[in-house]
Amino acid sequence: MSKQIQVSGLDAYYGAHKAIEDVSMTIEPRSITAFIGPSGCGKSTFLRTLNRMHEVIPGARVEGKVLLDGDDLYGASVEPVSVRRMIGMVFQRPNPFPTMSIYDNVAAGLRLNGRLPKSQLDGIVEESLKGANLWNEVKDRLTKPGAGLSGGQQQRLCIARAIAVKPQVLLMDEPCSALDPISTLAIEDLMAKLKDEFTIVIVTHNMQQAARVSDRTAFFNLAGQGQPGKVVEMDETSRMFTNPSQKATEDYITGRFG
Amino acid sequence: MTTDTKIRDGGPAMRRSASRRTSGEGLFKFLATAAGVVLLAIMAAIAVFLIAEAIPALQANKGGFFTDLVWEPNSSQVFGIGALAFGTVLSSGIALVIATPIAVGVALFISHYAPRRLAGPLGYLIDLLAAVPSVIYGLWGLAFLVPLLREPSRWLNEHFGWFPLFAGEGAIGGKTMLAGGIVLAIMILPIIAAISREVFLQVPRMNEEAALALGATRWEMIRMAVLPFGRPGVISAAMLGLGRAMGETIAVALIFPATFDISVQILTPHGNSIAANIANGFGEATPIGRGALIASGLVLFVITLLVNMAARMIINRRKEYARAGA
Amino acid sequence: MTLQQEAARRPRGVQHISTGRRVKDRFVQGLVYLAFAMAVVPLVSVLWLVISNGLARFDLEFMTHSMRGIGARDAGGGAYHAIIGTVEQVLLASAISVPIGLLTAIYLVEYGNGGRLSRAISFFVDVMTGVPSVVAGLFILAFWILFLGMPYSGWAGAMALSILMMPTVVRSTEEMLRLVPADLREASYALGVPKWRTIMKIVLPTAFTGIVTGVMLAVARVAGETAPILLTVFFTDSINNDPFSGPQMGLPLYVFDQAARPNDTAIDRAWTGALTLILIVMLLNLVARLIAWWRAPAKGR
Repeated sequence: MSKQIQVSGLDAYYGAHKAIEDVSMTIEPRSITAFIGPSGCGKSTFLRTLNRMHEVIPGARVEGKVLLDGDDLYGASVEPVSVRRMIGMVFQRPNPFPTMSIYDNVAAGLRLNGRLPKSQLDGIVEESLKGANLWNEVKDRLTKPGAGLSGGQQQRLCIARAIAVKPQVLLMDEPCSALDPISTLAIEDLMAKLKDEFTIVIVTHNMQQAARVSDRTAFFNLAGQGQPGKVVEMDETSRMFTNPSQKATEDYITGRFG
Repeated sequence: MTTDTKIRDGGPAMRRSASRRTSGEGLFKFLATAAGVVLLAIMAAIAVFLIAEAIPALQANKGGFFTDLVWEPNSSQVFGIGALAFGTVLSSGIALVIATPIAVGVALFISHYAPRRLAGPLGYLIDLLAAVPSVIYGLWGLAFLVPLLREPSRWLNEHFGWFPLFAGEGAIGGKTMLAGGIVLAIMILPIIAAISREVFLQVPRMNEEAALALGATRWEMIRMAVLPFGRPGVISAAMLGLGRAMGETIAVALIFPATFDISVQILTPHGNSIAANIANGFGEATPIGRGALIASGLVLFVITLLVNMAARMIINRRKEYARAGA
Repeated sequence: MTLQQEAARRPRGVQHISTGRRVKDRFVQGLVYLAFAMAVVPLVSVLWLVISNGLARFDLEFMTHSMRGIGARDAGGGAYHAIIGTVEQVLLASAISVPIGLLTAIYLVEYGNGGRLSRAISFFVDVMTGVPSVVAGLFILAFWILFLGMPYSGWAGAMALSILMMPTVVRSTEEMLRLVPADLREASYALGVPKWRTIMKIVLPTAFTGIVTGVMLAVARVAGETAPILLTVFFTDSINNDPFSGPQMGLPLYVFDQAARPNDTAIDRAWTGALTLILIVMLLNLVARLIAWWRAPAKGR
């Protein structure tokens, strides 16, 4: 259920602009890896290269290797669609399908791969909503539109939708930045629970959050305006926040810039 | 009034400039409001004067206006809108059935399939289709489409003649409902395509990305995120197209053979519509005849008004929905 | 390549999507491309036929002569009277509809405040775009010619065309006015400039090119309308330079008239008339788009 990601020598472009350069790292299974860094340093871009969502943007492309338990996701015969099926994603702003009910939102990904018997579908929807700590709040209104939920509930609905297809990896792009503190706490609790089952990668602006939830942290930075972003340092979270090896990391973590 | 203010006013300079401002402002605001009211008045006047000029002819009608099929206001003074209304509905129905799927395809092509750099120019190409005057479509239909359809019509009639629309004997092809319907379809296609394209482009990017991130193919993404969001827009676009097709005059006036019967055979030389009949019958109309044409125009006005209002209400409701969702 | 080989080459972990899904995706893509091609074919066909058939009579005589004294089967003759008529009618229609349209748009954007009147006007402007052109002609016929007893004239045609122009002008102007940034208005208010002068001196000039584009597109649309002028300017074979007295001609009406005649010389004239009309309309369209396009990058700067 949970796989390791190995990235080597990865560059990502928007047209002629190089957004990230020469990123190499290993993301361990059954753990939470956090990406931190100042705005525009390419951490979200990098996250989107991991499930080939980067290339959805016109003109965007990627060079380098991303291995999922040894399989190159950018191999010639690999379709982006199947990569995304295995590597789920949760976005910055909750984005349930506005015309679908709560139930249909969760079932949306499952239905792509052919019809399932109703009972089985019901089971997976319930399981996913429970997995996203949302079941108790919505079990009586599964047929209501997902857009009627609060922001935090919507984000958990999106997590339920992502885990319903049983991905190997779950990518989260600043999942709490649009939420209030209580909803944020709910999502953080949820992440701690989900890491037993999934490889989780989270981009966050909030250093306390990175410190609270992650096992390992990567710090991204860019040399200057218009320069590509790079990984400055990656280590155990506890070490990163207490004793970073790079001066820039320390400056950023202690709030001297960014 | 001005003197009044001056006496009571402590700060004459300020007050004077304020009062001058009010008068210029008042006049300007009045003009702007009046212009808007004029627009409303025109809409009302259209109804009023069409009714007023139709009444004498309707009173002189020796037949039933809503029941008769013949249109002889100039001679026997018997005229009914039955055949014309039927022809209007059938021809614009054909147009809608042909144009809507193609227009939705065109809209998707521009919004989601065409290379980004080409999407703009290609969209403009479709808009040009709307810029061609209708009389030119009529000429084109008469000189090019009608001969072109002859063979396919015969083939359809031969193999699918059991289907009522394709039934008929004797002369197959020529100036038919099908030819008129196709020309109308070409004319309304750019409208439907343009509105559909706009709503497809408004689909929030995050909804599309949600679908893609679940491992949807492009078509699955469109089915999950784009089409549900765009459906009300496409429906009202199709209705606006329908209204346009029903009111279209000159192109079908050139193509339809101006028959006055009710027949669903779209491959035989049949066809007429309220608008085409007005254009064709106006030249020889007596005063009663003109009144009769105005009465038929009133019917057309009311039908298109209802279709358009319904379409606009759907759009407006969707706007509110979109705002509430945001 | 055999299936086994392909399976071996394929990464073990990453499964392919099912053939059914892939085929469906490709199939829909094919349909979408086909739809676009099907929409372009008639445009190309129309333009090709109009150009190839229209060039035969696209000569000086056509541009400088009327149809006066040209018999039913005669060659020769021209559309000068129709071109004059169309130009005058369209100019008059603009003279009526542009001020009303502009002011209405100003009302909707600057004074309406979403009140009941503004909502009603806004709604009926939309509905008015759907008024069939033949109904606009019938209305002027009923009101101006039958009720008031005025004669058929270019002016009557211009009134009918103006009804079709107004909603287009209102909508495009409204859109342009809404694009004018609020800070620009506020900066002017802050200087003590009254609202109406702000609109005249700041808002309208800022939106000017956009408004011109909208008006030109509206003109291009009505220049090709046949039905309203058929019912209101009547018809003539001679030159009539005065739009306020007596029947006139219009280019679309000329095409309609010639196309309905049974001889080849008339059909030739119809095609050439169509070519002239399409040139005028396309030119207006193109210039309007060029203005819009030429101005658009300036916004980004």
